[in-house]
Amino acid sequence: MPKGEITILVCQGTGCVSGGSTELYSLLEAELAGAGAGNVRLKRTGCHGFCQQGPTVVIGPERVFYVKVEPGDAKEIVAAILAGGKPVQRLLYRDPVTGSIIPHYHDIPFYREQERVILRNCGNIDPEDVDDYLAAGGYRALTRALKEMTREEIIEEVKRSGLRGLGGAGFSAGRKWEACYRASGDEKFVICNGDEGDPGAFQDRSVMEGDPHSILEGMAIAGYAIGANKGYIYVRAEYPLAVPRLKTAVKQAGERGFLGRNILGSGFDFDIEIFQGAGAFVCGESTALVRSIEGYRGLPRPLPRPRTSEAGLWGKPTLLNNVKTLASVPHIVLQGADWFAARGTERSKGTAVFSLTGKVVNCGLIEVPMGASLRKIIFEIGGGIQGNKAFKAVQTGGPSGGCLPAEMLDIPVDFDSLTSAGSIMGSGGMVILDENTCMVDLARYFLDFTQRESCGQCIPCRLGTRQMFTILDDITKGQGRPGDIELLVELGGIIARGSLCGLGKTVPNPVLTTIRYFRAEYEAHIYEHRCPAGVCQM
Amino acid sequence: MDEELAICKKALPFYTTRHHLIPVLQELQSKIGYLPEKVIVEVSRHLRVPASDVYAVTSFYDQFRLQPLGRKRIAVCRGTACHVRGAPQVLREIETITNLKEGETSPDLEYTLETVGCIGCCALAPCVRINKEVFGEMSRERVAELFDMFGEEDGNA
Repeated sequence: MPKGEITILVCQGTGCVSGGSTELYSLLEAELAGAGAGNVRLKRTGCHGFCQQGPTVVIGPERVFYVKVEPGDAKEIVAAILAGGKPVQRLLYRDPVTGSIIPHYHDIPFYREQERVILRNCGNIDPEDVDDYLAAGGYRALTRALKEMTREEIIEEVKRSGLRGLGGAGFSAGRKWEACYRASGDEKFVICNGDEGDPGAFQDRSVMEGDPHSILEGMAIAGYAIGANKGYIYVRAEYPLAVPRLKTAVKQAGERGFLGRNILGSGFDFDIEIFQGAGAFVCGESTALVRSIEGYRGLPRPLPRPRTSEAGLWGKPTLLNNVKTLASVPHIVLQGADWFAARGTERSKGTAVFSLTGKVVNCGLIEVPMGASLRKIIFEIGGGIQGNKAFKAVQTGGPSGGCLPAEMLDIPVDFDSLTSAGSIMGSGGMVILDENTCMVDLARYFLDFTQRESCGQCIPCRLGTRQMFTILDDITKGQGRPGDIELLVELGGIIARGSLCGLGKTVPNPVLTTIRYFRAEYEAHIYEHRCPAGVCQM
Repeated sequence: MDEELAICKKALPFYTTRHHLIPVLQELQSKIGYLPEKVIVEVSRHLRVPASDVYAVTSFYDQFRLQPLGRKRIAVCRGTACHVRGAPQVLREIETITNLKEGETSPDLEYTLETVGCIGCCALAPCVRINKEVFGEMSRERVAELFDMFGEEDGNA
């Protein structure tokens, strides 16, 4: 029997659960009980990020990393721990490039090159155990905010940190907080936007599932700073695992006095309600989300209208921030604006979380300082392209973003650089495309998505997306006409200018960027009736 | 009183304002399986929201169903990562096996075939969700295996 405490971390993220990690956990529990191993602590955790290798198990304190673990492996894992010797060789991670075994978590290139701030607790703590969050330093920021800081000082700290909205728009979080703080009204609200609708993105889901208390703590600090006593977390309908975890967290935080009445004796009251979305992409837009909570169709409000920070939920001043933005707040309050701002670039501070997916070797959830290059993310952390294929493009920002070609691999990933390249930072989806991806088909795919999701309220978006989709559909069927490219560009410009909300304004981006960087592919479809990637049947 | 109205009567007192419209519809749908017209009328009376408004909300959000669904709800993920890794082929294969098009339910209420924006299991793309279970790294062959398995389960039942 080995000495000292040993922890077994079993990932219970959506990816690993689909691989059988719930059963794995029960079997490990049974094996340990049978062996009477009192110094071994079995722990359920949220997502480790390396979902492709799941189900994953980490064995402390050396952090031996087991991948693709099956429930049947439980016996062998426990036996190896009790023997106190060598880990189970066949379950260790094997570098796909060199083929060599890398036994420890922190030596694996996928993890080694990351810097985890927002995801710090994900995969390390039990999301359903408030004590685990407390042991990791949880709720110290809230305590500090309530006991040692004035509301103005907190807002100043968030402003000085340079934190920008990580939902995609990149608006200064501190300035938003200040606007809510200054807005007059005796009732205010904080809303956490967890309506992660971008296809190909799961970073918000992973934070909600893996570290729910960090969001609650961020919301309570925000509530105190702006003067709100009620918060809502709007969770996307497709995330059934996030909802019970958040509900458990709210209940536990209430029992420990971190939520509810007179928090930590400060006189400040704050409650949080979980609101489940019902499946509408447009509800990620702030005014649509607010209407959805009020019980209406999620239709964005036309301009001119007051900002949500002045008149949001039920017409009251409302602070609406993304999951990751709020999860960053405790770090800023506890470790200071300077600590936070030491990461990142001149105008984009802190870190960015991405869902790295598509044709890349290492798929998963990653976090890097703002300004890391696309090349570093894709080739060092991501391990390059699957099957030795050639890199073709990277898609960021989902249906509102664009595709960037190989020539752009060295641009720094931050809000402004991606925007000037024609894409956007977005909420954090990053889909890697290889030579076998057809860019016209991909543009058609996004327009298919957005024309389904357009709320139908304004004509440029409702009819414009439909027209763009029809033209793209024709091109991919070999029925493109000369002039179609110019027509798409013209239509794109009109939709971007004429639509009333963020969805419509950004809808043309996937088409416009693929035309800008891969025009030859469109021309091959239209004039030569062939698909260079071999995807389109014509 | 029929069973569906009894479910309504039990659930409705916990919901009191328009703000509760989406949550109450979610609860009733999860208990009944879909939202029949009489349930929409009950909700409308109870929350004092016009029935046309309740209907408008149900038709706006993807989650709500006005027709009964199959026992096995198959949702093929059409997220970007799934798309580039072959989700369209997976969907076509399932369409062939079940003889259903996207959005349809089989007459014997065995299957409903849907697509979903993104399940968020992009690292395991392409994904298919059946009821609450997610199946990753699907291919035409794995789809066929999955349906063979269902056939056997039903044979034993």
